[in-house]
Amino acid sequence: MTLHVALVVPDRELWSGEASIVIAKTTEGDIGVLAGHSPVFGVLAEGSLVEIQSDQGTVRAAVGGGFLSVADDEVSVLAAQAELAEEVDTAQARERLDTALAEAGPGAEEPTEAKYARAQLRAAGQA
Amino acid sequence: MAAQLRVVRARIRAVQSIAKITRAQELIASSRIVRAQQRMRAAEPYSRQLTRAVEAVVSRSTTIHHPFTEEPEHPSRAAVLILTSDQGFAGAYNANALRESARLRQLLADRGLEPVLYVAGRKGIAWHRFRDLDMTATWSGFSVTPRYANAREITTTLLEAFTAEQDGVDEIHLVATDFISMLTQRPSARRLLPLQIEETEEPAPSGPLPAYEFEPSAEVVLDALLPQYVASRIYYAMLEAAASELASRRRAMKAATDNANDLIETLTREANNARQAEITQEISEIVGGANALAAASATSE
Repeated sequence: MTLHVALVVPDRELWSGEASIVIAKTTEGDIGVLAGHSPVFGVLAEGSLVEIQSDQGTVRAAVGGGFLSVADDEVSVLAAQAELAEEVDTAQARERLDTALAEAGPGAEEPTEAKYARAQLRAAGQA
Repeated sequence: MAAQLRVVRARIRAVQSIAKITRAQELIASSRIVRAQQRMRAAEPYSRQLTRAVEAVVSRSTTIHHPFTEEPEHPSRAAVLILTSDQGFAGAYNANALRESARLRQLLADRGLEPVLYVAGRKGIAWHRFRDLDMTATWSGFSVTPRYANAREITTTLLEAFTAEQDGVDEIHLVATDFISMLTQRPSARRLLPLQIEETEEPAPSGPLPAYEFEPSAEVVLDALLPQYVASRIYYAMLEAAASELASRRRAMKAATDNANDLIETLTREANNARQAEITQEISEIVGGANALAAASATSE
């Protein structure tokens, strides 16, 4: 029993394939999806990580927010912004994090842009 | 006679250079249209999945109260987003879209709604400016290669107007061009918001919808989903408009090149005629001159 996973952004399909488990973070908390999971539609937390584990290894991606849909062993991650861990440009992400934080000012709530940049760094394993 | 030949040759050269330009435009459009179609295909999964998700939420909850789905009691203003191209050379592409928008404006006026115009594409902006029509917001510079960020920017502006307490709009309409095939592109006007919910007994066209459990709740999901849905609809419309623009341009430029080639053929015949007439005249002048000389010397002998 495997899951068919598709990670889609508005202009393309970022990744798709078979997986045994998908771990994502919704606004309610972490969710792990195995084959046979009941249908769920959740709102992903802003700037979180999605982990897709399969026999071939693990795919990690940073998402800027979006949705997780699970039905009939089909998992779709719909994100307005997303990037696979190996495609993250860490220097650029760090720079965007700094500018976003500087713009928001100290003490203010982190803007989405900052959360997404942080997620990108986490996905790349540098945060 | 010699003057006419020169004039015709100059015209041939002019038409030849026009043909070169239109041929180049045609080739550029042909190569770009492949990319535009690829982009449309690549954008499909996201837009399809979002549509399905919206269908699922809406069909599941019997009582949805969301400003995006509720018909206002007394609508007074309607936003009209018009997608046109940045460049001309595209046949009737812009004219068709703008005619459709004029039709929609009339329709809205008949319903007693005041149209509020949002225009994307330089050609559309110029058209409205020339007619002194007020535009609330304009965008340009991305008609051939729209990016999702462009769609999001437009969506944000429209949704701000839609949710504004004061001086907002009650409806959002979209006028764009549907890409049906390489040969057919059709201007269309449709309403984006409020969403029209159709009650049907028929199963959804995309197959039976899964009985989702919503996390955290159907309302929160819908809240987050609808703006994304609108953005995705606008993005997809922009991609279709881009493909339509390129297909129109390719067709228009092919027709122009063909016409120019026909014209070159006709003009070449004309030039040959003129040259031949010139030669004939010269020969008859020489023969006539020789005869006259011969006749003169014969009489003097």
